[in-house]
Amino acid sequence: MAAKENIARNTPRRQLRDDAAKGLLRFMTCGSVDDGKSTLLGRLLYDTGALFGDQLAKLQSDSERFGAAENDLDFSLLLDGLEAEREQKITIDVAYRYFATRRRKFIVADAPGHEQYTRNMATAASNVDLAIILVDAEKGLLPQTRRHAYIASLLGVRKMVLAVNKMDRVRYKQSVFEAIRDGFKAFARRLAVDDVKAVPVSALKGDNIMHSSPHMGWYTGPSLLDLLETIPVEQDLDGPMRMPVQRVVRPDQTFRGYAGTIVQGSVRPGDSIVALPSGQTTAISRIVTFDGDLDHAAAGQAVTLVLERETDISRGDVIAAAADAPEEADQFAVHVVWLNEEPLYPGRPYHVKIGNCTLTGQITELKHRIDMNSLDQLAAPHLDINEIGYGTLGLDRAIPFEPYGRCRTLGGFIMIDRFTNATVGCGMIDFALWRATTVPWQYLEINKAARADLNRQKPVVLWFTGLSGAGKSTVANAIAKRLHARGQRTYLLDGDNLRHGLNRDLGFRPEDRVENVRRVGEVAKLFVDAGLIVLASLISPFRSERLMVRDMLEPDEFIEIFVEAPIEECERRDPKGLYARARAGEIRNFTGIDSPYEPPDNPELVLNTVDATPEGLADRVFVLLEHRGVI
Amino acid sequence: MPRLKELPYLRQLEAESFYILREVAAEFRKPVMLFSAGKDSAVLLHLALKAFYPEKPPFPLLHIDTTWKFREMIAFRDRRARECGVDLLVHTNPEGVERGMNPFDHGSSLYTRVMKTDALKQALDAHGFDVAVGGARRDEEKSRAKERVFSLRSQAHRWDPKSQRPEFWHLFNTRLRAGETMRVFPLSNWTESDVWLYIQAENIPVVPLYFAAERPVIERDGVLFVVDDDRYPLVPGEVPVPRRVRFRTLGCYPLTAAVESNAETLEQVIQETIAVDSSERHGRLIDHDPTSSFERMKQDGYF
Repeated sequence: MAAKENIARNTPRRQLRDDAAKGLLRFMTCGSVDDGKSTLLGRLLYDTGALFGDQLAKLQSDSERFGAAENDLDFSLLLDGLEAEREQKITIDVAYRYFATRRRKFIVADAPGHEQYTRNMATAASNVDLAIILVDAEKGLLPQTRRHAYIASLLGVRKMVLAVNKMDRVRYKQSVFEAIRDGFKAFARRLAVDDVKAVPVSALKGDNIMHSSPHMGWYTGPSLLDLLETIPVEQDLDGPMRMPVQRVVRPDQTFRGYAGTIVQGSVRPGDSIVALPSGQTTAISRIVTFDGDLDHAAAGQAVTLVLERETDISRGDVIAAAADAPEEADQFAVHVVWLNEEPLYPGRPYHVKIGNCTLTGQITELKHRIDMNSLDQLAAPHLDINEIGYGTLGLDRAIPFEPYGRCRTLGGFIMIDRFTNATVGCGMIDFALWRATTVPWQYLEINKAARADLNRQKPVVLWFTGLSGAGKSTVANAIAKRLHARGQRTYLLDGDNLRHGLNRDLGFRPEDRVENVRRVGEVAKLFVDAGLIVLASLISPFRSERLMVRDMLEPDEFIEIFVEAPIEECERRDPKGLYARARAGEIRNFTGIDSPYEPPDNPELVLNTVDATPEGLADRVFVLLEHRGVI
Repeated sequence: MPRLKELPYLRQLEAESFYILREVAAEFRKPVMLFSAGKDSAVLLHLALKAFYPEKPPFPLLHIDTTWKFREMIAFRDRRARECGVDLLVHTNPEGVERGMNPFDHGSSLYTRVMKTDALKQALDAHGFDVAVGGARRDEEKSRAKERVFSLRSQAHRWDPKSQRPEFWHLFNTRLRAGETMRVFPLSNWTESDVWLYIQAENIPVVPLYFAAERPVIERDGVLFVVDDDRYPLVPGEVPVPRRVRFRTLGCYPLTAAVESNAETLEQVIQETIAVDSSERHGRLIDHDPTSSFERMKQDGYF
């Protein structure tokens, strides 16, 4: 069979010597299937001999089955596993391919380019040094090309190779290539990507992939593979030394070391370092490895550092060059890529993992989101899945950091949902905002304990949550009256009443509800500080925000009371006529009708208001308060 | 300041694996490392010794013994654990032993599920391990290419490919809910030839079955099997003949095909690996059993 012989003759010899000393390039490919991405990758694997005989034989039979011209191999079929898997709904944001040449080893992050491309592209881009931007010569630059290049640049990819593909379809015309090249370079300058190399190729025919093409004498530059083999990738490595501490190593009393990967700069024994956040300075005494102590270690190496002086350091701290330490802050201007079906609402707390530490943080303010087609900045009350926004990240304590553009490890973070543990977002620090640290806390002599003593009570928040009409305000009111009669000092924060003043600017969209609860939480916290027993009566439909208020207070100060009644019962009561209006479509985002209510998992108390009197329920609350020593 | 040069790629892969192993030790309550006695396990153990030095790896090794492993693998396993001063746990599915499970009478698919997958789940549950480190690589098989480095398993040890966590940078989300566990693969980015080159560079001991020697061989449907003990059911007239063979990949001996070879040294094995013309798992018969696609096995909890 002609095709089979052709393969046997043309299959590149797998190289027989492999050199363990060569370097590594991680790159990604951007472009849709139509641009020939699968074909290009298949071609690279084939030309570099990364395919085995059994894989080639299968490719050959598949090619014939799918009607490829005789002697031709349809390289796209090699990678079509991705397509099939997409149909099975398997999440593959990225698949990884491996090949090597005499000069370098390559790890290719291959991200599906259509649906969810933001998430896929961002995941791939976070771990690569270079992006191949693939453009179909017949179609020219498409909005999608710009979108992919934008995401890659946002995630810090500073080197791009523009591969103008399908040159065979435009009769290898120089002018076509040059027009696309110039257009892309102009766009790349807007993205602050100045290292752009352009190559005219045909992945199908193999032009300028591995070898220079005989069809394009006008192009005298390197082939695509030549470029990949020679582009320098020392980014992120230079600069003052930084090492986030991954583990404290203490096998016995005689040894104490700090294990981590150096992410920037280099280190020698004797170098002065500072440990952050403690700020203690000392010097490196040893660089310990299994293969013996080193007299020098540099970015990329995973080592264990021993310090001259006992120093207060734990996981997540950063060891840095003493002469040039990173700044510390707890408020940052950041880009966020949102990955979750449940939107990002400003003010909602998440776990934030950055470097080797996990903290609590929230996007306190969203300034805008990026329109992926025009790159315009649009107003954004929240971020939906696959949207990219810009705003303020607030953390619960200050951390050492670097802007993402300078150091990916100390400037990149992920956001984790506190209930599902899903990775819901990722972000990049742009710069620090100094609000929190430039306003120092004023020390006040009369404090919460002093005021509580005077009031002869333990200040707490009784947080009543439940559907509209469940009886929250009625029960809270009954309790407030009883407490008052006993001489206790209280204040009742009623959700509806507050919407006439403090929260009059807020509506009922989810992002408004998040902010509503945050404000009431802050006010409750102030009143607790004033020594009062606070009763807060709010629907507060989301678990996340109730947890946020709990976290604002001391451990014993938040008492969550779930006021429970079936929605049918609430709707039957309908004391304010709201259910009727919601059913009539006059009110939107009504909890229980077209907006969700998330019941508490572990409330301190559940009060079922069906077949119960407010006084009876108040008795139960009193028992709890006495039991806890509040009154 | 002089520009820093890029590290050689094997050192980059090594450093990445150190980072992953240290993250496991730092973030989980009770880790364990799976040890099959094959070449990937040998590399993984070596990486663990290096990553935690001067401490010993802060977790035990776990071997799932199907009772059908090559004798040399068992000997190698015990010797390496002793030499390295690392605790070794061995678990065999007692129900499987009671039922006399073997790959001949029960078929490779059922046998693998009972003696490997179920056995592994039993061991993880019994010890309460919340994370198991394994030597799987993405280049091994198509469905591994999309596997995460930190891969979540449900309470029932199932892998749900529809809800995998995206992995940005090296920020691994290690959070678990009650009953969930994690599988972690520090060799994700290594290829077969990387493993051999590293074994050579670091002088890592591997089981001698990887090197060519004269062994008692029978041939069935063009596939070579080494008759490792007298439990192998020979058909009448079938006589093992000595042939020079070695293994590219090692599993249970009745399910692992040998290849004819003269490669007796590491150098020769590497030459052969780099020049070879078929993919690695070609020699694993279980992959070709139509009733047990690799992906389905993974979903059930196979490593």
